[in-house]
Amino acid sequence: MDNVIRRRTLGARLGRAMLYAVLLLAALFYLLPLAVMLITSVKPLAEISPGTLLSLPREPTLAPWAKAWGEACTGMRCEGVGVYFFNSIAIVVPAVLISTIIGALNGYALTKWRFKGSELVFALMLFGCFIPFQVVLLPMAQTLGWLGLSSSRAGLVLVHVVFGIAFTTLFFRNFYVAVPTELVSAAKLDGAGFFRIFWRILLPVSAPIIVVSVIWQFTQIWNDFLFGVAFSAHNTQPVTVALNNLVNTSTGVREYNVDMAAAMIAALPTLIVYVLAGKYFVRGLTAGSVKG
Amino acid sequence: MAALEINNVCKDFGSEQVLRDVSLAIDSGEFLILVGPSGCGKSTLMNAIAGLEPVTSGEIRIAGEDVTWQTPAERDIAMVFQSYALYPSMTVRQNISFGLEMRKVPRAEREAAVERVADLLQISHLLERKPSQLSGGQRQRVAMGRALAREPKVYLFDEPLSNLDAKLRVDMRTEIKKLHQRLGTTIVYVTHDQIEAMTLADCIAVMRDGRILQLGTPDEVYNDPVDLFVAGFMGSPSMNFISATLVGESGTYRLRVETPGEEMLELPWPRERETPALAGKVGERVILGLRPEHFSEDDDRLREHAEGVLLTPRISVVEPTGADILLQLKLGEDEATARVGPKCPVKAGERLALRIDMGRAVLFDRETERRLA
Amino acid sequence: MSLSRSVAPLAAGAASRRSHSGRLQAWLPKLVLAPSIAISLLFVYGFMLWTFILSLTNSRMLPSYEFVGFAQYARLMANDRWWVASTNLVVFGGLFVAICLALGLLLAILLDQRIRQEGALRTIYLYPMALSFIVTGVVWKWLLNPGLGIQAMVRSWGFENFRFDWLVNPDTAVYTLVIAAVWQASGFVMALFLAGLRGIDDSILKAAQLDGASLPRIYWRVVIPCLRPVVFSAVMILSHIAIKSFDLVVALTGGGPGYASDLPATFMYAHAFTRAQIGLGSASAMLMLGGVLAILIPYLYSELRNRRHG
Repeated sequence: MDNVIRRRTLGARLGRAMLYAVLLLAALFYLLPLAVMLITSVKPLAEISPGTLLSLPREPTLAPWAKAWGEACTGMRCEGVGVYFFNSIAIVVPAVLISTIIGALNGYALTKWRFKGSELVFALMLFGCFIPFQVVLLPMAQTLGWLGLSSSRAGLVLVHVVFGIAFTTLFFRNFYVAVPTELVSAAKLDGAGFFRIFWRILLPVSAPIIVVSVIWQFTQIWNDFLFGVAFSAHNTQPVTVALNNLVNTSTGVREYNVDMAAAMIAALPTLIVYVLAGKYFVRGLTAGSVKG
Repeated sequence: MAALEINNVCKDFGSEQVLRDVSLAIDSGEFLILVGPSGCGKSTLMNAIAGLEPVTSGEIRIAGEDVTWQTPAERDIAMVFQSYALYPSMTVRQNISFGLEMRKVPRAEREAAVERVADLLQISHLLERKPSQLSGGQRQRVAMGRALAREPKVYLFDEPLSNLDAKLRVDMRTEIKKLHQRLGTTIVYVTHDQIEAMTLADCIAVMRDGRILQLGTPDEVYNDPVDLFVAGFMGSPSMNFISATLVGESGTYRLRVETPGEEMLELPWPRERETPALAGKVGERVILGLRPEHFSEDDDRLREHAEGVLLTPRISVVEPTGADILLQLKLGEDEATARVGPKCPVKAGERLALRIDMGRAVLFDRETERRLA
Repeated sequence: MSLSRSVAPLAAGAASRRSHSGRLQAWLPKLVLAPSIAISLLFVYGFMLWTFILSLTNSRMLPSYEFVGFAQYARLMANDRWWVASTNLVVFGGLFVAICLALGLLLAILLDQRIRQEGALRTIYLYPMALSFIVTGVVWKWLLNPGLGIQAMVRSWGFENFRFDWLVNPDTAVYTLVIAAVWQASGFVMALFLAGLRGIDDSILKAAQLDGASLPRIYWRVVIPCLRPVVFSAVMILSHIAIKSFDLVVALTGGGPGYASDLPATFMYAHAFTRAQIGLGSASAMLMLGGVLAILIPYLYSELRNRRHG
């Protein structure tokens, strides 16, 4: 609707003002929970009950954060969510790296070395993006037991890799489909082989999709709760499970400020990634759902 | 020994036959052009030579060696792609030396080869740039440089000029011809542009529906086409096809062309161009092929020496191109184009005296579309 | 593509005529894909089959392989809690999808009017999608807490009779799930629609304006019909989120009060992992898969058909 001559009447200006009003109202709706979470997390417990959601703390304190990190009770244990934060990191980092590497190789093989049935292979793998994970939970639990990986971080890494490669393969396949196949033909004539072409020709142009894949996998695995709660024990839980336990632990006084601080701690990594690389985050979300 | 030999190659995609029993051979240093409309199989044949697509049956030999089942890397060929296919993450220098690096050529030799082709193609000042920083013409040069650096046995060019604008295309065409004359390389070149084919080739293969219809020098393919398709494909504006009836007998064969509302025209067929096939076609409808330049303006001063048949058709459209003038006229039931000199004073709607040089005309069978004479 | 019999021996001969490196090159792509294919066959298709088999047994605490036919499915159909969970899914899913679409489309159209600070607004609308559903649940649980949350805040402003206690009311608890889920996902739908709007050919809009159509009319008659594929994708993604919703329920309502806000995903987890009803849990998981397929198959069908036509 650009570049069109429009008369600036009073009505048009009023409409414009309304437009901004609606947009700002919507922004408030989305920001409110974050604001409340932040405000509450720096309030002393004594100010919570007498005050309201949005009343600013009179004596701001980081004590709830410290408590949430180091000593809040999650179930039977009282050592805060800090340990679980590091559990999450220990699960997320290898799972993201492995699934991205496998996805990149799969996408490359599926697009640049097509063979009879390669489309079928892709369709077969793609289906893994769509299943409700409830349908694999019980067999997975038993299989992890057989592998000796029950309730271990390695087991969770395995699960996240297994169910992540469908997505990473989709990302890389859709990206490499748009890379001209003639590049690969030229490299073949130049004498390069399968891995050399990947390493020297494809990988150097893959930075955007690697970022998309890493960010997507990072947020998915960091935010996972289902696999975390089903396949971990108290010492290997990811932070989402610990947060839920902390909030639902019913011993003593409800410390809402500590709850909110713990929620902030669990949310921060993905929020930071989103703020820093939001463009790629959106691209991951929309991959495959909007043409192009 | 042939530099490249293709024997009975067939290629199927599922039930579709893309190449049907293709055979050809070229000598070292020859420039072969594969030409034909899109979908004729010329690019598939190119890919088969390169080893990028396996053939269904048949044999490909390079310098006498059977390479049918070798990988592209093992064949020692270089290819210039239509899209240039320059590696986007590498500089021009790296692009040119990549193939040598893959073949484990020592660094010093690689550097020397890069300098050599950069000089040859005048791209020395571009060596440190990335492909994205180059213009279309520059990319084209780099793509050629990449092929030339390796000095392979055979060069393949896949419509290398089709992404350039008209002027640059003509310049590069000349440059490729110069390079070929200077380096004496063996080149297989795919194009759908028949002017490129005529100007560059030592040898042209006209393809259609997966078959080679005619394999010959540019002169043979242009002046001696084997069938209606080749005749129509080569040349611009294309050959005029005129429906006519063959009458008379050996020595006095004539082609009767009846134009509604005009006098009946009988064009004598030159005795030296008679073939035995004509005897069976007397009284039947045939197709007479006349190129636009087979017509010429009747010139009073030359009348005594002039050859050919004189006619005075009504000109419906006059199209000056600068170098000459194209005239549209009706000949029998068909529209025809004639090419005359740029000074011809004719206006649309007028009649003009034209001569037809029957000594270069060709004759086709109406049903089989094969050449009769 | 069918390999005709006359060609097969030749292809076999071809492989043996290739050089060593040639043969390796031909096999490498398949070799690289093999682990992923195996994983997919085993962990997706194999496990689906396994769950199906479990759903035909009377497994309780541990898997047993005493087959009882479709008895577990019959039990499920007779189970009141399952019906509550399924009904909740229909209500939750329907409202969630509809509101997300409406809100997302509205915001996208408004944002498409050459807005100052569009980037900042877009970031604000979309950030909840980066959060875990657990975090979302925890925050909204706090906001919707009648004693301390929004209800208390509005009352403190002087509206003493204001009631907003959906969270603790069995009849309305499921709507709190809708609020939180819409908060989290509507910005994403906005992003989808905005991308769709930006993808519409400008000349169509110019032509419509030259035809004298007013702005709302142009949107209604020209722009929104162009967004049909986006709507389709969004519905598909959102309903998928709805069926898989598990974390949000656990964190926000815990399925309660009682089991009033249970969804199939929490039902399955509760029966399979905490109530020692593996057979019943498996049966419910299979029905969830059926639900996903019911949405997925028409979607894929139309996608494939479009691709063939396009």
